[in-house]
Amino acid sequence: MALLLDGLSVSAGTADLVTDLFLTVAAGQVVGLVGPNGSGKTTTLRCVYRALRPSAGAVRVDGRDLAALPMRESARLVGALTQEGHTDLDFTVEETVALGRVPHLRGNRALGAHDRELCRRAMESMEVAHLAGRGVLSLSGGERQRVLVARALVQEPRVLILDEPTNHLDLHHQIRLLSMLRAAGHTALVTLHDLNLAASACDRLAVLSGGRLVTAGTPGEVLTEALLRDVFGVEATVVPHPLTGVPQVLYDLGSAHLEGTTA
Amino acid sequence: MRSLVLLLAAVLAVSVLLAIGVGAAAVPPGQTLRYLWAALSGGAITPDEVTTYQIVWQVRTPRVILAVLVGAGLSAAGVAIQAMVRNALADPFVLGVSSGASAGAVLVGVTGALTALGIYAVSAGAFLGALLASALVYFVARQGGGLSPLRLVLTGVAAAFGFQAVMSVIVYFAPDGEATSTVLYWSMGGFGAATWGALPVIAAVTLTALVILRGLGRRLDVLAQGDESAAALGVDTVRLRRGLFVLTSLATGAMVAVSGAIGFVGLVMPHLVRLLVGAAHTRVLTIAPLAGAIFMVWADLVARTLVAPRELPIGVITALVGVPVFVTLLRRRGYLFGRA
Repeated sequence: MALLLDGLSVSAGTADLVTDLFLTVAAGQVVGLVGPNGSGKTTTLRCVYRALRPSAGAVRVDGRDLAALPMRESARLVGALTQEGHTDLDFTVEETVALGRVPHLRGNRALGAHDRELCRRAMESMEVAHLAGRGVLSLSGGERQRVLVARALVQEPRVLILDEPTNHLDLHHQIRLLSMLRAAGHTALVTLHDLNLAASACDRLAVLSGGRLVTAGTPGEVLTEALLRDVFGVEATVVPHPLTGVPQVLYDLGSAHLEGTTA
Repeated sequence: MRSLVLLLAAVLAVSVLLAIGVGAAAVPPGQTLRYLWAALSGGAITPDEVTTYQIVWQVRTPRVILAVLVGAGLSAAGVAIQAMVRNALADPFVLGVSSGASAGAVLVGVTGALTALGIYAVSAGAFLGALLASALVYFVARQGGGLSPLRLVLTGVAAAFGFQAVMSVIVYFAPDGEATSTVLYWSMGGFGAATWGALPVIAAVTLTALVILRGLGRRLDVLAQGDESAAALGVDTVRLRRGLFVLTSLATGAMVAVSGAIGFVGLVMPHLVRLLVGAAHTRVLTIAPLAGAIFMVWADLVARTLVAPRELPIGVITALVGVPVFVTLLRRRGYLFGRA
């Protein structure tokens, strides 16, 4: 297993944010973490990129417990696009992307030819190469998001963590990012709000609710009308995509139930 | 970049030379050089030059060197602290150091404590006060092992008010006006008390801080991306913040102890330098010390010559000169800080 969440639990005070979560991501797989607001998706991801220390359990990459590694070393195994990616200082796009090489470089050592090549490729794949000299504070939300994905890519991590990567992105860039993720063969754990995109982009989906894993499996196994009702509290129709056959969720606002979630 | 460093270094050297020469007894730069050379190499000077020589070597040279050190140190500390608390308005004194130092200095001055330290007693009091204030802010702001930027700033501001109140009480009850002038001196700052004796310590502290901070340049870049991103990029923000806090507190405390709390430089110089060379901290921490040193030498020169023989507090000059320059640059260039 490339990534193993081994009985992960997180509590803050008396609240249990994540409880005894077991989840695996095989090498080359894209696994989507879905669930309603407050179900523990981001909390789980924060443990993987070590912004948060789990109160029990462990995160293992290739069998190694991340908590036992220096932060620098685990940042070479796990790269992340985080939700709070805000800076006050007007770094250029190029400088921001280059920071992805920090876990691989000592101190202030300058980037080598290999590092610069990685940055160039990442910026091209995220279509931000033309912005290289621009300050990040002058970018639109979507452009900035793509810059931050590029930064995570140049980390060359074993596992890529993407927390709501399609936030702020226009349709073209949403599709492009997710297809790049699949095409490049990244091992990734991703949270996505859009279940249709999640079904198309992910090999497997894991559904969280109230900090617990409800179910995990292929999109076809997981995305059922019953689950949408129980976990998300919505009435929806699930149909197979006419071309690919992956389940797609259709909503009918006319029959929307406003009784709230039962989970 | 390299040519900018060389240019600034040259400007600094010339500024120092001029500043040493200018004063009530004006000395041409050539003669200044000769005196400095005589002092360093043990060369001879004629008897009728002794007075001028002593002014140059014993009074002005340590003063100008102190201005260089403090200008460089405050600028670099400002850069580091703005990154540490992620706040554009932060300066080296935002964590309560300056008011703590003033309170310490006044307390020593009024009570006559630490007399064993002789002429350094008040400076020592200021340094201890600065450290006490820092330690207080550190322990109050600490939360779950980490130092949250916002808590640091809030605690620092609160501590500053507290120490100011303590100071006011001391001044109010002090029998003579001496306490008032001590407070004024420490809160406005100045290099009038510079001596060779105090220089080695402050030089060692400041230069060490400069070197370490510059070495942390790239990690400061990462810290500026926010704590979440920093964790993902492998930087332990808890440890880095703790280290930065200790380092900047010691350095700022040492600087305040010898020159008072000279405002504005540590706030504005980081922004000015970022306007010139961008946000990357390795560059900023190379240029800011040089720019800060130059600025401080000239500010001190103006402070002691503008209304000679009286001396203006240097804090007045740094603000009077710095504000218009800063506002002009801010308006002319597209400088972005915070949410655009």
